[in-house]
Amino acid sequence: MTAETDTAPAALAVRRPGGRIDAALVTILAGALILWFAPVGMGRYGTYVLTLWLVMAIAVMGLNLTLGVAGLKSLAQAAFMGIGAYATGLLTAKMGLSWYPAFAISAVATFAVGLVVGFPALRVKAHYLAFVTLAFTSLVWLFLRNEQWLTGGTFGLPNIPRPTLLGTRLDDALSFHRFVVVVTAALTLMIWWLMRSPWGRAFLALRENPVRAASLGVDVRAYTLLAFAIGSAYGGMAGALYAPLVEFIDPSPFAISASFFLLLMVVAGGSGYLFGPFIGALLGVVLPEWLRFTGGLYLIIFAAIVLLLLIVCPKGVLGLAEQALGAVVRRFRRTS
Amino acid sequence: MSEFLAYLIVGIATGSIYALAAIGFTLVWQTSQTINFAQGEFVMLPAILVLLAVKLLGVPIPVAVLIGAAAFVLIFGVGFKRAIVDPMLPHGVLPLAIATMSLAIIMKEGAKDGFSAEAQSFPSPFAADTVSILGTAVSVQFIMIIVVAFASIAALQWFVTRTRTGRQMQAAAQNPNVARILGIPVERMVMLTFIINAALAALASFLISPIYLAKFSNGETIGLFAFIAAIVGGFNQVRGALLGGILVGIFDSLAAAYVSTSYRLAVPLALLVLIILLKPEGLIGRKEERHV
Repeated sequence: MTAETDTAPAALAVRRPGGRIDAALVTILAGALILWFAPVGMGRYGTYVLTLWLVMAIAVMGLNLTLGVAGLKSLAQAAFMGIGAYATGLLTAKMGLSWYPAFAISAVATFAVGLVVGFPALRVKAHYLAFVTLAFTSLVWLFLRNEQWLTGGTFGLPNIPRPTLLGTRLDDALSFHRFVVVVTAALTLMIWWLMRSPWGRAFLALRENPVRAASLGVDVRAYTLLAFAIGSAYGGMAGALYAPLVEFIDPSPFAISASFFLLLMVVAGGSGYLFGPFIGALLGVVLPEWLRFTGGLYLIIFAAIVLLLLIVCPKGVLGLAEQALGAVVRRFRRTS
Repeated sequence: MSEFLAYLIVGIATGSIYALAAIGFTLVWQTSQTINFAQGEFVMLPAILVLLAVKLLGVPIPVAVLIGAAAFVLIFGVGFKRAIVDPMLPHGVLPLAIATMSLAIIMKEGAKDGFSAEAQSFPSPFAADTVSILGTAVSVQFIMIIVVAFASIAALQWFVTRTRTGRQMQAAAQNPNVARILGIPVERMVMLTFIINAALAALASFLISPIYLAKFSNGETIGLFAFIAAIVGGFNQVRGALLGGILVGIFDSLAAAYVSTSYRLAVPLALLVLIILLKPEGLIGRKEERHV
């Protein structure tokens, strides 16, 4: 069996370094601007859903790096989100620390845990990573549920404060939303920059053919580990935003099924695409709001959509869009 | 000591059920590179289908068992292969693995919404008596589970190694191209493994549901244990899956008794991590080769 037969187009790698203005960069900035003003008049709950979408998109973005770019199947993203959320929750609510250092600690801690968990990925074949990370997610969930003295167990961790900016606490939904918009834009820019860098190209080489990448002098061990750890840190940072958003956390959103769900979001949006995670998270977070009338059936509908999408177009929504665009462009060229 | 023996027998009994699920999992992996993340749900669902047949059709349990098993093998053996595996396999292993995750969610939520969110009792085909073994009272149910599971695995092993079809199936798994040249109907053989997988899952379901009750969320733990069993034993060996299943069952049972009930899941997980770190090809597995 060849190591990785799935080859999503390398859309993340920007094709023209320098020269013309990069479309991805423009999209990030324009998107941030639109999202800054978007919730006006949407009310408290609408704004909350929009913010949640961005927070989930950050977690999916990290997983997109591990899976879509480096080709590593990880089922631990929900666990990293949980670690980030609980670290931030405990540091701010119980120890009175400000959100900013708590965010930094969450990012560094999940990066470090990512290195430790990712290490087995270097020893064994890629599909074993799925099972190692599955085991890790179960262990983290067990810990969160059982260690009541620290995490509050199933009763959860209440009263997580919102961050403070220039002396005012971002208690209302709109100002916290704008805060999240800025953080999300910054984190998206980091991924954009990373993918243009030689590191990003090494990640792509790793996904396309690890053995060939190794023979070309890419240090497979180091880069695999790095991709996994950065992806995990994004999970942690998403958790660090999730905790103050919902202000109360319990172990249930960080269980195995949540990890499956995050992976489905990566694939639904289009794995390997820079903006895939936003589409995927839109389908996973906002779609349920539209499907509220179906009651508990939304999970089935979402999973069925992903399944159909995978059968019809394994490259996700953005892959489908790219195909359609390609067809239009070809027709246009033929007629002109 | 007698307490230890009782836990050991319970462990072997549940372990042999995990082995059934793990064997199906490895068979399907061998012939079609399908990592079935819905394997746990495959074990959860047949019992639910049986209870559904009793509820909707009003048939007696044995008839319902037949209906449930037949429907399950048809939908999740033949149908699963045709509708999901066939169209997706050309795109590689990853989309297929993720498709099975979607399937797992659909099966789980479907069982919850379509049947019940509560655990339902499932009748045991075996007497509720106990027998005395070396001075320990052991439930007949657990003994019978071990007997039935081992007999099924022995029959499967006999089929795979001693019959013509079974050997064709092995050939198709080991090298589909050469098998095709030799005139083996590879496609039919792959389909056969999916049918066997569904049948093993149904059997596991009927054996485990009387103990753990039939509940939509059962698949999570069962699936996890089946994966662990398959990897611990060696991803590419039926004997490995059997050994792995029994080890996982024993570890789980002893952990629940002697470590702590809230962390019982952690012990088989630790076993998994240990095996992956120390002997990634599994206890009796072969190393797989890599192509460039």
